[in-house]
Amino acid sequence: MRPVVVRPVELSGVSYTYEKGDRPVLREVALEIGPGEIVLLTGPSGSGKTTLLTLIGALRALQAGSCRVLEQDLAKADEAGRVALRRRIGFIFQQHNLLGFLTARQNVAMALEIDAGTAERDRMTRAGAMLAAVGLGDKTESLPGQLSGGQRQRVAVARALVGQPGLVLADEPTAALDRQSGQDVVRLLTDLARQRAVPILMVTHDPRILDIADRIVAMEDGRIVG
Amino acid sequence: MMALLAGRLAWRQLVSSRARLVSAIAGVMFACVLVFMQLGFRAALFDSASNLPRALQGELFLVNPLTLVMFRPEPIARVRASQTLADADVAQAVPIYLAQAKFRNPETGKQRTIQLIGFDPEAGAVDFAGLRPLVPALKRIDTIGFDRRSRPEFGDIAGRLEQGGPFEVEVGGRAVVVVGLVSLGTSFGADGNAVMTETNFRRIVKERPASKTDLVAIRLKPGADAQAVQARLARLLPPDVMVLTGAELIAWERAYWESGTPIGFIFSFGSLMGLVVGMVIVYQILFSDIATHLREYATLKAIGYSNHYLRLVVMAAALMLAVLGFVPGFLGSIGLYGLVAKVTLLPLGMAADRAVTVFALIFVMCAVAGLLAMRKLGEADPADMF
Repeated sequence: MRPVVVRPVELSGVSYTYEKGDRPVLREVALEIGPGEIVLLTGPSGSGKTTLLTLIGALRALQAGSCRVLEQDLAKADEAGRVALRRRIGFIFQQHNLLGFLTARQNVAMALEIDAGTAERDRMTRAGAMLAAVGLGDKTESLPGQLSGGQRQRVAVARALVGQPGLVLADEPTAALDRQSGQDVVRLLTDLARQRAVPILMVTHDPRILDIADRIVAMEDGRIVG
Repeated sequence: MMALLAGRLAWRQLVSSRARLVSAIAGVMFACVLVFMQLGFRAALFDSASNLPRALQGELFLVNPLTLVMFRPEPIARVRASQTLADADVAQAVPIYLAQAKFRNPETGKQRTIQLIGFDPEAGAVDFAGLRPLVPALKRIDTIGFDRRSRPEFGDIAGRLEQGGPFEVEVGGRAVVVVGLVSLGTSFGADGNAVMTETNFRRIVKERPASKTDLVAIRLKPGADAQAVQARLARLLPPDVMVLTGAELIAWERAYWESGTPIGFIFSFGSLMGLVVGMVIVYQILFSDIATHLREYATLKAIGYSNHYLRLVVMAAALMLAVLGFVPGFLGSIGLYGLVAKVTLLPLGMAADRAVTVFALIFVMCAVAGLLAMRKLGEADPADMF
């Protein structure tokens, strides 16, 4: 008997229309991501990539279709269910969005503080270890304002990964960075994800990082075209 | 535990911007001092209004039911005092005469209205501090005792007495001799007080017939039940007088100022204004904190923090500001009370119950500001983060 493979992301027939929009931004989208798989999502702007990402990330309520993320059926999830699911997903945004008044270590620890049951010392140790893993072991006590753009985005990567997420969603993480630091951050992210067998779904326009992917999915006009 | 972590986040955010924190604390402190001063004045007004009734020694009092406030009394028939002696438990009934007259400042010649209090100083129904040793001197014709806590506009009476002994002043157009000092205190109805015998009172207030007095202090025999006597006297006497206990007399005098004048309302309104201004300041600070950190708040929502948690953070910040602003506001108000009491001679001071009240008001003020600012959190939409 073959073991049943549970896919972190399974969606089919997903359509989405914005309240103000007259036409759907997603039409009957189907997508599966396997365990540990790194998938790049490309396509022109307005093709629905970001909307798809926010639906999978449980940042929006599903309108039509079926969407299972980390074994959670999003068609049935309420706001509390979506908040709970988000805790198991690591998010990386175009901007680092770090809290300016917290040190790098405290920012990373924010991803652990959601679970108030963890011990402060444990949180700090794990945050420090994660920062060391992204090469910022000597910057743990720096404020975001004291770090370079690439370093801040690496802190954001550490924040996304420190909670041992079941899935990482990234939206053009290189957009705000120069070419070299952008590449470094993405390679770091994918290396760490592979070590931990965490699947990644990453929206990108950046042709230089296509080679890191297991699979590239192209979108156009609300549909997956290849 | 969650609330503690939210509080820590709020604290870290507050202290990260010193300038903003200082202005927020200053705003709360400002509101605090304003409310303390308003409530302090209010209490001082009501306390000072009852200076005179509190100095009276009787267990029961007779007043005209038409009298609204003691500095403007309606007269009662003096014979009512004698009639109370019909009750076996009444030891003594002392008529007290009240009137206001012009007092000429012996230094500048300027006139100012002073409260005259006439009574039999030997009866013991009135006990102002310093009165006893003056009794023999007061019994001489055309003499008064001057309230040392009168406003300074009457002149440096105490200083002149100390230097040159008794001297002549003009009260109500009559030359009288100041023979000594008593201590009573000003009120909103009286800038100063002068005490004297009935006889000397009538020599100044000539239009007053001897048959009319303003207030009667009744002293009871030891062991008498004041309430029972009060009920008996109320039945005995015609309805042109009412019988009050000492506490009722004080309450009745206060009630005039509290509800019979707009003064109580003015101070309440002033307190409210202080709270509104403080709330707007705190709201502005909290609101701009949220507005400038909207992306970060949205990020926290995206990584799994609930709206509830973020509301806790805002509320914790509001309540921290309440405490941080109250402490210096409280200390500053104590200093200001001392200063203002010195200038106005009003009995202004910090009271524990008022401190508790003001803290509660400031706490609520900050909480409301927090609740208003929280609405901005709704704009932190994690779906906009991508």
